[in-house]
Amino acid sequence: MLEKALTGSKTYWAWIFFLLAIIGVGFLCYLRQFSVGLGITGMSRDVSWGFYISQFTFLVGIAASGVMVVLPYYLHNYKAFGKITILGEFLAISAVIMCMLFIFVDMGQPLRVLNVILHPTFNSVMFYDMVVLSGYLLLNVLIGWTTLGAERKGIAPPKWVKPFIILSICWAPSIHTVTAFLYAGLPGRHFWLSAIMAARFLASAFASGPALLLILAFIIRRFTKFDPGKEAIQTLGKIVTYFMIANVFFLGLELFTAFYSQIPGHMHSFVYLYAGLEGYSKLVPLMWLSSILAVVALGLLVFPQIRRNETALAIAAIAVFFSLWIDKGFGLVIGGFIPNPFERVTEYWPTLPEFSISLAVWAFGFLVLTVLYKIAVSVKEQSGGEAVH
Amino acid sequence: MKRREFLKIAGISTILGLGGMSVVNELRKGSLEAAQYAPDPKTMAAKRWAMVIDMKKFKTADDYQKCVDVCHSVHNVPDIPDPKREIKWLWPEMFVHAFPAQEDLYLSEHYKHMPFLVTCNHCANPPCVRVCPTKATFKRMSDGIVMMDMHRCIGCRFCMAACPYGARSFNWQDPRPFIKRELNPEFPTRMKGVVEKCTFCYERLAKGLMPACVEASNGALIFGDVTEPNSEIRKVLNSNFTIRRRPELGTGPSVYYIIGGNEHA
Amino acid sequence: MYNGGKIFIGLIIFVGLLILPFYLSMGKAIAKPDPKVDTPVIKQMAVKQCVESKDFMKTAHMQMLNDWRDSVVREGNRLYTAADGKSYDMSLQNTCMKCHSNKKQFCDECHNFVAVKPYCWDCHLMPKEGA
Repeated sequence: MLEKALTGSKTYWAWIFFLLAIIGVGFLCYLRQFSVGLGITGMSRDVSWGFYISQFTFLVGIAASGVMVVLPYYLHNYKAFGKITILGEFLAISAVIMCMLFIFVDMGQPLRVLNVILHPTFNSVMFYDMVVLSGYLLLNVLIGWTTLGAERKGIAPPKWVKPFIILSICWAPSIHTVTAFLYAGLPGRHFWLSAIMAARFLASAFASGPALLLILAFIIRRFTKFDPGKEAIQTLGKIVTYFMIANVFFLGLELFTAFYSQIPGHMHSFVYLYAGLEGYSKLVPLMWLSSILAVVALGLLVFPQIRRNETALAIAAIAVFFSLWIDKGFGLVIGGFIPNPFERVTEYWPTLPEFSISLAVWAFGFLVLTVLYKIAVSVKEQSGGEAVH
Repeated sequence: MKRREFLKIAGISTILGLGGMSVVNELRKGSLEAAQYAPDPKTMAAKRWAMVIDMKKFKTADDYQKCVDVCHSVHNVPDIPDPKREIKWLWPEMFVHAFPAQEDLYLSEHYKHMPFLVTCNHCANPPCVRVCPTKATFKRMSDGIVMMDMHRCIGCRFCMAACPYGARSFNWQDPRPFIKRELNPEFPTRMKGVVEKCTFCYERLAKGLMPACVEASNGALIFGDVTEPNSEIRKVLNSNFTIRRRPELGTGPSVYYIIGGNEHA
Repeated sequence: MYNGGKIFIGLIIFVGLLILPFYLSMGKAIAKPDPKVDTPVIKQMAVKQCVESKDFMKTAHMQMLNDWRDSVVREGNRLYTAADGKSYDMSLQNTCMKCHSNKKQFCDECHNFVAVKPYCWDCHLMPKEGA
């Protein structure tokens, strides 16, 4: 099926080469990081995880959210999603690949990364994270490729994939739960030490992932002959709405516990993020932008009349995506490190090389996504979009 | 046989072959003659090492700086001026920073500005060990020291996020150009991309020597086996009120502080 | 066969690249590595004997150093009892390099020849040469 990615319009190739150029620049920066060390980033002794790990965290959510289209279709036989399950699965594949790359570029000693397998450590959440992420990648490659291959031939997918699909549905929340456990089990990091962390992670994932899928669906409809369908788009909109509400609610719960209890350690990170602490306030504008975007998005989403307008829905999806990208792909990780264990504030901002490397990882993810979507859409254009049941 | 099938069989047998090889290697490892390795008879043994820092005995800045300097020089710790990239094994912190939860508006100036030496607490239940994905940081079963295996560290910095004491430093770059003092030829440096911290001078204990800071402290630092009822450290703990940093987290820190009386009181 | 021409051109280029390094170094005499064991400390030894036999050290020193480092760092062992019953402090920096104080003529000689770059020296200090 790969050959379908080798023929395309001028726009397709221009996009591919644009992504390759970004990857090239980032790769050069990575070579420098590889020889000099992580000192080329903005991370520090106090904020020891930065943009890389926060992007990783955000993208695990995007990967997990594939389940939001797979589950209704396979478990509830919701036909409208039949056309787009493959888009969800392929989005999951590219998101997991980005996750792995973000982890890799964050390693101080990348050549030793296999030590995680060589010396498996069952008490480390990171070990389980590696297991669930690679498992999820394999599951989605297997399922996506098999079902799309069957569709191309105009036959029903083989029966043996069904158990794998059920497994992947259970697996998806697990990858994000385990990722939340990376943070939620650390003593002394009050901002993360919260039982609701995994639930918050899943809520934000199931809002931001389908929001991205919505945006992608609009793009596909614009540039190809494949139409994901009005109903599927509206249902995605509903999913985004409910989980965005849940996400804001969960954030409210965190704020209540911190500020009603008045325990300083629980309040500090929130104060730093939304108001600034001891005169340091680099992240304040970003966090407020995230909040404003969330309010705008909810304003557009909660009213069905507005949501039914696809332009409004597209704007809402973009707002949700960026709101959550700031909240989770930046504030959540950085905020947890501020103040440090000595209650001092060291601020963090990514450097240009760090940003280029991150951009290159995103570009690589989008390259994989473009190629996979190109294949999927070419097959869909031929088969008329409907999978055979 | 079709080409597709051939590729499938070839692929699967390669994976099985590689997997099998690593199993064989693992089994062979255990068969090495362990009898050839033994601890040095001079090694100072303990069930659990601990340290008491007696703040009464630190009179001048010089008193604690001596401890810091000797530690950083015997371990080839670099002097990196940028606080974001700093590497520290043992260093002073004001009371409000060392014991942030104990902040008090009316605490006497004397205590407020007292420089408490802080370092790795060699926790009984260390969170850094719990999170390390490669066992590069581990607790020695024999004496409770929380060790660093620099050969194995992949530089993921999970331990730095997990440590509630800020005791760990990461090598953001090659540390060697920043080692200004004479190198200790008996001890290695570190390389870029690994995490480091105090190891209670395990290399000195193995030669029957007390940790370097303890030796330089003129009795202000007391080091010993807390499980031994007759040890000096237990006598000190029995006759003084001591506090530890963030004991409420359940980490079981092994570094105790005697705050002591105030001559102005 | 589809695209037969392209496949053959590809094959020829592949085989060409494969034999290129052999072709380029054909007929050239390459000096055999010659690690020197003439440091002052070794010269003074009555019996010039390493921790284990020369053959063992030649083939297995890397394995031994790996085992030593794990034993020292992870198990707290310090002493290695050799086949001849003698005991040594397990330390690259403080045992091996005390005799082999000529890293350039000893370690690097073979390592460069076989193009391996052990990262021991990123952390472990090499002896001051010529001292």
